[in-house]
Amino acid sequence: MNAEKTRKDHISNATLLQGETDPLTDRPVHLLQLDGIGKHYGNIIALRDVTMAVDNGRVTCVLGDNGAGKSTLIKIIAGLHQHDEGTLTVMGEERKFSSPRDALDAGIATVYQDLAVVPLMPIWRNFFLGSELTTGFGPFKRLDVEKMKEITKNELADMGIDLRDVEQPIGQLSGGERQCVAIARAVYFGAKVLILDEPTAALGVKQSGVVLRYILQARDRGLGVIFITHNPHHAYPVGDRFLLLKRGKSIGYHHKKDITLDELTGQMAGGAELAELAHELEAMGGHTDILAEVEKETASIGGESKAK
Amino acid sequence: MSNATLTTPPILAADERVGQKSTMSKLLGRPEIGALVGAIGLFAFFALVAPTFLQPSSFATVLYGSSTIGIMAVGVSLLMIGGEFDLSTGVAVISSALAASLFSWFFSFNVWVGVFLALGVSLLIGLINGIILIKTKLPSFIVTLATFLMLAGLNLALTRLIGGSVSSPKISAMDGFDSARAVFASSVNVAGVDVKITVFFWIAMVLVASWILLRTKVGNWIFAVGGDANAARAVGVPVAATKIGLFMGVGFCGWILGMHNLFAFDAVQSGEGVGNEFLYIIAAVIGGCLLTGGYGSAVGGAIGAFIFGMANKGIVYAEWNPDWFKFFLGLMLLIATVVNLVVKRRAELK
Repeated sequence: MNAEKTRKDHISNATLLQGETDPLTDRPVHLLQLDGIGKHYGNIIALRDVTMAVDNGRVTCVLGDNGAGKSTLIKIIAGLHQHDEGTLTVMGEERKFSSPRDALDAGIATVYQDLAVVPLMPIWRNFFLGSELTTGFGPFKRLDVEKMKEITKNELADMGIDLRDVEQPIGQLSGGERQCVAIARAVYFGAKVLILDEPTAALGVKQSGVVLRYILQARDRGLGVIFITHNPHHAYPVGDRFLLLKRGKSIGYHHKKDITLDELTGQMAGGAELAELAHELEAMGGHTDILAEVEKETASIGGESKAK
Repeated sequence: MSNATLTTPPILAADERVGQKSTMSKLLGRPEIGALVGAIGLFAFFALVAPTFLQPSSFATVLYGSSTIGIMAVGVSLLMIGGEFDLSTGVAVISSALAASLFSWFFSFNVWVGVFLALGVSLLIGLINGIILIKTKLPSFIVTLATFLMLAGLNLALTRLIGGSVSSPKISAMDGFDSARAVFASSVNVAGVDVKITVFFWIAMVLVASWILLRTKVGNWIFAVGGDANAARAVGVPVAATKIGLFMGVGFCGWILGMHNLFAFDAVQSGEGVGNEFLYIIAAVIGGCLLTGGYGSAVGGAIGAFIFGMANKGIVYAEWNPDWFKFFLGLMLLIATVVNLVVKRRAELK
C-alpha cells in the first residue's frame, strides 16, 4: 500500500519541473528542451517552430496523425537528422547531434518500431548485443555468460517482466514483451532520455496496456520518456505533457492538468474536421442527439483555441 | 512477523512454465540434432550391411574422407550462420595449393615460403569476396559465383603460363618439402591405426570455431549479422568487419586443405576443385545451419561432413555401385533442409 502512495506522489502534476535552475540565468533547466525547432528538406518544410521539454521521471507525449512530422521530430532528437532552426538543449547545454552515436552518448536512446532485435537469438544475447560483457584476457577472453543472463533476468524483473527463460529466442516473445526488452536494454545501458516510436501501434488492446505499464516503469526509474503515438487514449493515461503536431506544426502543447482526454482527442481530430463530420452525418440521417453533442464539442474546442 | 511466510518469494526454479521443458525437448531444440540422429542411423546401417566398415582401419579412412570436407565445412558453416554463401571455396582450395607450389618452384625457394604466400593468397581471396559483398550489397551468391569463375580461369591459365602444363610441377625434391609434408599430410599412429593428420586439424578447428561462436563477442556478432543485419547495425555491431572476417576464415580453412592436397600428392591438377564448394555447403546445411543465416553450429557442420564421409566410403565397403552415392547425398540434403525449416518455424512462432 505504501508503495502505491509514493507512486501517486511521484506522478503528481503539481509541478513538472525538477527544481533545477541554470546558475547564470536562474531559469529552470530541463533534461531535454526543444525551442522553436524547424526542419526543411529543400523547399519542403517538414517541421516548424516546435517547442517541448522532457524531464526526469516525466513522460512527454508527441501526438499527431500520419504525416504530422512525428518521425522528423524524433529523427532530430535521435541524431539521424539535424534541425535547421531553433535550439535543442540537453541539461541546459545547446547541442546538435551529428549521428545516432552522438545522441546515444548524450544519453538519448531510441526504441524504434522494428526494435533492433534478432528474432532467432536468445533474449540475453539480444540484450547485450553490441555491448557484450567479457571475462579473461588475451585469447581466453570470453563472454561472461552467467553474469549476462543474471543481469538480463534482473533488469527485466525490475521492469516487471516475468520471464520464463532468458535462453529462449526473443522471437518467441509477444510483441509487447519484445518492446519491453528493448526498453529495458536502453535503460540498462545508461539512457537518460528514452524515445519510444509508436510502441503500441502494432499491438492489441491487452499488449498495449502492458507496454504502457512499462513506460510508467521507465518513468518511475527516473528516465525522461518521449512517447510518440497517434492514439490519445494511450497517451493520456501515461503522459505528463502533450505536444500535438499537425502538418509539421505544433497545434498545442499542454500540461496534463490543463487538458482532458476529450479535449485532447478533439484537438487531434481538429475542430473543423469534426464539424464537417457532423454535417456529413446529418446529411446521412444520423442520431440528432449525438450530433448535437458533437456540435457542442466543436464549438467548445473552437472557443478554446480562439482564447489561446 | 506473522505474515512472514506469506511474503516468502516463490521458489524461482519451480516456475511451472520452465518445468514443462524437458531435457528431451531441449535436446531437440539444438541445431545439429537432426544431423546427429541421421549420423547414428547411417552408422548403424553401414555397420549392419558392411561388416568391414567397423574395422578400425576402415573407420580411419572414413574419418579422413570426412576431414577433407569437414575442414572446409567449419568455415563455411560459420559463414552461413553469418548469413552469407561462398561458391568459390572449391577452386580457392586449389588456388592456394597452386600458389604455394608454383611460387616455390618458379623462384626455387624453400617450400615454406610458398606455404606462407599461399596463406596470404587465401586470406586475400576471402578479403576480396567480403569487400565486394559489402561495397556492392549484391547477394553473396552472385559475388562468389563471379570469384569462382575467375579463380577457376586463373588456376588453369597461370598454371599453364608458369609451369607449362595443366598440373603443377612436382615439388617433392625441393627444400622444406619433407617438413611441410610432416605438418600437413602425415599420419599419426593411434592404438595401432594410422590416422591422417587432417582428422586432428579438423577436430581442433571445430573446437576453436565452437568456442568462437558460443563464447566470444565475435560469435555473438556472427549470429546477429546472419539473423538480422540491420538490427545488429543499430545496436553497434560492426557488420561489415564481421562478414569480411567470416570470408577470410573460409580462406584460412581453404589454405589448410590446399596445403594438405599439395603435400599429400606433391602436384596439383589445376582444373580440380570445381563442384566441391557444394559439398561443403551441403555438410553445413545437413548439420543444421540455416541457409538464411542466424542459426546453426560448427559441430553441426562437422556431423554433416561425417555423414558425407560415411556415405562416401560406406558404399564402397558395402560393395555397392558408387553411382548410388549422389542419390543418398540428395536425399539427406532434402531431409535435413525440411528438418531445419521445422526447427526455424518453431523458434519463430510462439
